[in-house]
Amino acid sequence: MEAGKLPGFLARRLLKAVAVVLAIVICNFFLVHAAPGDPASVMAGQSGAADAVFMEQLRRQFGLDQPLHVQLWIYLKSVLTLDLGFSHRQQMGVAALIMERLPATLLLTGAAFAFAVVGGVTLGALAAQRVGSWADSFITILALTFYATPLFWVGLMLVLVFSVWLEWLPSFGMSSVGAGYEGWAHVWDVAQHLLLPALTLGLFYLAVYARLTRATMLEVQDQDFVKTARAKGVPEGRITRAHVLRNAMLPVITFAGIQAGQLVGGSILVETVFAWPGIGRLAFEALLARDYAVLLGVFFCTSVIVVLFNLATDLLYAIIDPRVEVG
Amino acid sequence: MELNRRGLLAATPLLMTVAEAQAQGITPRRGGTLTTMLTPEPPVLQIGVNNQGPTIVIGSKMFEGLLTFSPTLEPIPVLAKSWTISPDGKEYVFRLQENVKFHDGRPMTADDVIFSVMKFHTELAPRARAIFALIDTAEAPDPHTVKFTLKQAFEPFLLMFDVSACGIVPKHLFDGLDYRTAPVVQRPVGTGPFRFAEWQRGNFVRLERFSDYWRPNQPYLDAIIYRIVPDSQSRRLAIETGQAQLTQANDIEPFDVPALRARPNLEVAVNGWEYFSPVSWIELNHRVAPLNDVRVRQALSMAVDRNFIAQRLWFGVGKPATNPVASTTKFHDRNVRIAGFDVRAANALLDAAGFRANAQGVRFTLKHLVLPYGEIWSRLAEYLRQAFRQVGVTLELESTDAGNWARRIGAWEYETSVNFVYQFGDPTLGVERTYVTSNIQRVTFTNTGGYSNPRVDELFARARSVPAAADRQAAFTDVQKILCEEVPQIWLMEMAFPTIHDRRLRNVVTTGLGVHTGFGDVFLAS
Repeated sequence: MEAGKLPGFLARRLLKAVAVVLAIVICNFFLVHAAPGDPASVMAGQSGAADAVFMEQLRRQFGLDQPLHVQLWIYLKSVLTLDLGFSHRQQMGVAALIMERLPATLLLTGAAFAFAVVGGVTLGALAAQRVGSWADSFITILALTFYATPLFWVGLMLVLVFSVWLEWLPSFGMSSVGAGYEGWAHVWDVAQHLLLPALTLGLFYLAVYARLTRATMLEVQDQDFVKTARAKGVPEGRITRAHVLRNAMLPVITFAGIQAGQLVGGSILVETVFAWPGIGRLAFEALLARDYAVLLGVFFCTSVIVVLFNLATDLLYAIIDPRVEVG
Repeated sequence: MELNRRGLLAATPLLMTVAEAQAQGITPRRGGTLTTMLTPEPPVLQIGVNNQGPTIVIGSKMFEGLLTFSPTLEPIPVLAKSWTISPDGKEYVFRLQENVKFHDGRPMTADDVIFSVMKFHTELAPRARAIFALIDTAEAPDPHTVKFTLKQAFEPFLLMFDVSACGIVPKHLFDGLDYRTAPVVQRPVGTGPFRFAEWQRGNFVRLERFSDYWRPNQPYLDAIIYRIVPDSQSRRLAIETGQAQLTQANDIEPFDVPALRARPNLEVAVNGWEYFSPVSWIELNHRVAPLNDVRVRQALSMAVDRNFIAQRLWFGVGKPATNPVASTTKFHDRNVRIAGFDVRAANALLDAAGFRANAQGVRFTLKHLVLPYGEIWSRLAEYLRQAFRQVGVTLELESTDAGNWARRIGAWEYETSVNFVYQFGDPTLGVERTYVTSNIQRVTFTNTGGYSNPRVDELFARARSVPAAADRQAAFTDVQKILCEEVPQIWLMEMAFPTIHDRRLRNVVTTGLGVHTGFGDVFLAS
């Protein structure tokens, strides 16, 4: 990579990214408003009592009495100043609501991500090295099982085994509320709560990485430069690490880039089963409640992160594989 | 004076619960944290600003009304220690408890009560707005006396002073602000036994003991933690494994109740809903033929086996409805009953009405908007489809989500659905709205079906305005007879919700409001 090209590349890509994000915001806006019903009707439904005055008060407060294009214009103006708006339903700023959920989400998705990448690549590399052996078959079958099993079922089974039968781990939540743990005791408490949801979320991706790593490594193993290295007498361990694995990493990084983009989005299913207070549930509940501002805010943050991670992935390619140039 | 005595007598149920506990050799124990759940998570915790079921469950720990109600709906003193009603039924005088403090330390006085009634709830809540509009003047002769003078007599007036209808809020933290956006909405301040401590959205709400609470020694618990657990099976697991000690309202699906009943450490109560007494019904849109034909409505009603619904779908949580007024609501007439389950008679009625079955045995087809409030309602819809097939009526199920359901019911864009509303102890407060012509509105929970009968309108109007309970009973008996004859909606069940708790947790359900009370007297036995 030539250092001189980088600033221009970044500037061009960032400009494109802004255009993409804006287009996404506009699409989302119409998509969200296309869902039948509005926040006022949801709140009336939940309150069990309503009159015309109540509906009108709510619609005026939520700004729903304005024409749609005016609402869009108001929203775009606030997004451009990085103000994500206000949830009238929850009486809180959208940015604050998202920030409140972000740590829990990042902890869960980050742990699952790390577990999946490290575990998956390791298992894939082991399988590729011992291709055809019982270990390879075992890993392949394991990966296939995780790949094909629905997430919620894995979650329920883990709960059944580790919470109900063995009583080792808590079945829901992020910490023992009211126990007053401080310092390391708190970390340990959260780790115990984190284990099952992170495993549940990570197992599918672990399978994907394992299969991907195994397949690409097998492909690279037969290439000429590996044979050359072997002929030169490079130790087998070093060949695997420096020659095979490094060259097999590109597809893995592509996939990891995609998964990393979803880190901020959380996972509705896992968060629901384990009562994890993450962003996936925030978005899902906002959808059901037609809390437009919150939903758009989550969409906005997720799209920004996806765009940024795509950019980062492209830069990472160039670092791992010097033949790839940015520009 | 006579009513004053009634107020004092009504206080006995609360005393009895403590006495009962002592009779079992258990004196209330101070200390301990109760972990329970809240489903679904409310958007805000300030009652009035939000009046959803879960908001009332948690709000009733932080706020108090002037009164609460026994299972037979007799008033029990809370913030009002006594009250008198003038013989013409227009003047209500409440004497307030004198040593009551809000959680911020300021005393609660008559000013707060008048502000809560005349401004706060009247501005925010549709139900309060409709009833409190009857108040002509509200005065405070002294800081601990409130006098309301009504424009006309209104017999069910007292029922509006429970915390679920009119919790007393601090005037000094709301007056002059927009009530919905006032800062205190995020950290509610009331007079209840528990004060707001912490809310991590999507995770938990923590309430802690209010040490300046006005009832001596109460509350017994140190804290109550409401966990937010969105999945019903996870909630069931939480109570089974002891991670929670109490579930309420919609926490546990009815079909999970039998398994929990079988556990020796848990107690399942289905009482404590007498004040709300929701009755569920098949919601019929009278604008859709042939639902405007009374014979069709009668036939469909006879095609439904309510015992099956109560026993096999709800597993005994709730019981079959016998008429539009729940048996636990005042003025229910037990001698007035809808026609029973009779498929043969239903078929005969439809034949007589000229709805012949075609070659496939189908007389006509109706669409059914499934109530999107959980698995149990989908099961009910499937049962109804089968039941109606017995009388040659095809029910086409449409599913939707809560937002669209409320919109479509409010916009009259449905043929049939299922619906239920709280009755609030009196037909004037909770039943009238579904059947009178003047309440046919394009708003959810009004008379969305569009039923209209001048005689019914007249009887409800009479029951609303006459001061004597006996005269009201006569009008309500007549109205129940007409409604049972004309079947404007097909009533299904007098609903109840299971309150499931660890046996060590005492005094959970002691009034007609069950888990919607302060929990000052609730304690964890060792």
